[in-house]
Amino acid sequence: MSLLDDFVVRAALAGLGVAAAAGPLGCFVVWRRMAYFGDATAHAAMLGVALSLAADIPVFAGVLAVALAVAAAIGAASGRTYAADTLLGVAAHTSLAAGLVAMAFIPGARMDLSAWLFGDILAVSRTDLVAIWGGAAAALGLLAWRWNGLLSATLAPELAAAEGRDPARERLILMLALALLVAAALKVVGALLITSLLVIPAAAARALARSPEGMALGAAAVGALAATAGLAASWEWDAPAGPSVVLAAAGLLLAANLAAGLRRALSAR
Amino acid sequence: MTPSPPPAPRSDAPLIATEALTLRHGGVTALSRVDFAIRPAEIVTLVGPNGSGKTSFLRALAGTLPPASGRIRRREGLRMGYVPQSLALDPTLPMTVDRFLRLAGERSRPARDAALARAGAEGLSERQMSALSGGQFQRVLLAHALLRRPDLLLLDEPTQGLDQPGAAAFYRLVAELRDELGCAVLMVSHDLHVVMSASDRVICLNGHICCEGAPTVVAAAPEYRALFGMGTGGALALYRHEHDHAHDHDHDHAHGHAHDPDHAHDHGPAREAAR
Repeated sequence: MSLLDDFVVRAALAGLGVAAAAGPLGCFVVWRRMAYFGDATAHAAMLGVALSLAADIPVFAGVLAVALAVAAAIGAASGRTYAADTLLGVAAHTSLAAGLVAMAFIPGARMDLSAWLFGDILAVSRTDLVAIWGGAAAALGLLAWRWNGLLSATLAPELAAAEGRDPARERLILMLALALLVAAALKVVGALLITSLLVIPAAAARALARSPEGMALGAAAVGALAATAGLAASWEWDAPAGPSVVLAAAGLLLAANLAAGLRRALSAR
Repeated sequence: MTPSPPPAPRSDAPLIATEALTLRHGGVTALSRVDFAIRPAEIVTLVGPNGSGKTSFLRALAGTLPPASGRIRRREGLRMGYVPQSLALDPTLPMTVDRFLRLAGERSRPARDAALARAGAEGLSERQMSALSGGQFQRVLLAHALLRRPDLLLLDEPTQGLDQPGAAAFYRLVAELRDELGCAVLMVSHDLHVVMSASDRVICLNGHICCEGAPTVVAAAPEYRALFGMGTGGALALYRHEHDHAHDHDHDHAHGHAHDPDHAHDHGPAREAAR
């Protein structure tokens, strides 16, 4: 019954739910230079999908568990023999490759491969919608709960530690929020494009923001706008939905920077 | 021990104390076996050549550098205000001065503005942190530390980049803050011989504690005027190093002995200047 019967409405709600959490979380990804870390976590989702299908458990739970495991492994191993970005590169591509190989051995999974890689927002079911909103709300709740601590630890870890905060714990909170978001966003944009939903709206909001909260809200708004515009474009021209959302976000990033440039030029007069 | 300690020993018990504290930094021993204590309302200045472990020591006390061995005892409920030498703020994080001060946990805007004014950075509230000059930034960090209502202020080379009158003005501010807040102050100074005159103790570090003593206040002497000129208002004093050892032994950091040329251990210059 009602509005939710319409697959376009379900798709729009899924996009908005992910955007609302990806915006603020993406700000931390940008501030802490964690884009590659986001990629590694998101690619690990493919392995999570394969394992969930093989073990016949809900995909959301499998993805969440594997994303967390990979994030924790990277955190534990970084700063030893290899530089952080080397480790991230190894983790991101190994888990993606492992996921692809595992999928090949699961009957029927191969058919859905591109849906997992690039998202299938138009096929979001009511159950998916519950998982997406649940995951996004949990990620957003974590951020809201720890907001000041996360901000302190991000801005100046030394000061935060001297003030009795624990930057390592804040980092764990962010990892958990990221894993939740990856699990929620997988169906919407797919494993390969999740990081774009984190980075692009936050970068667009940075151009015009004056405060961290302003940037977080702006990023959520840009994400929501991009989700709506991308879906509309997909409807209008039959373009793939997930990539259209990402392209719309990139367009908004460009527009925000043009607006910021214009504002600077006007105030310089 | 007893579950609820009596509040009485608050008086003169050390705020923070180290026992045989050894610190390593990137595999190199930065500081070995330091015993140190600072009591309420005491002002202690740490001097020492570059690479002598001053900043590592402050970071260890602030809790951001874990000890390699030895221990640090903090009084229960100790509140510290830490002003690091520099902070690498990421320009991708938009942050006004006032929002930064709010992160110290102070909800009242008038209180934040008052702290900013007290630190000598009045009117900067709405500026972006990334747009501040070095001196302004340092004062904003001090305001942030003050808002913590600290029992102990840790200041890492706060007068770096200031000229002598500027340093003297800053030292006067620190002395006033100590009197107003009753907080102890531990300050790292880059100048080996000219220190804050209100220091109760000066400690010279170079991989370990080399010597310790009170600064020589010679503000009335004509030599002092010759050195510092007028207008520093007696905020500066000299410190006489009394090292009883030569620096050719134990600890394994090779660069540790490349002292400043004016800091020979049998000196010398400071003694003469003080006399």
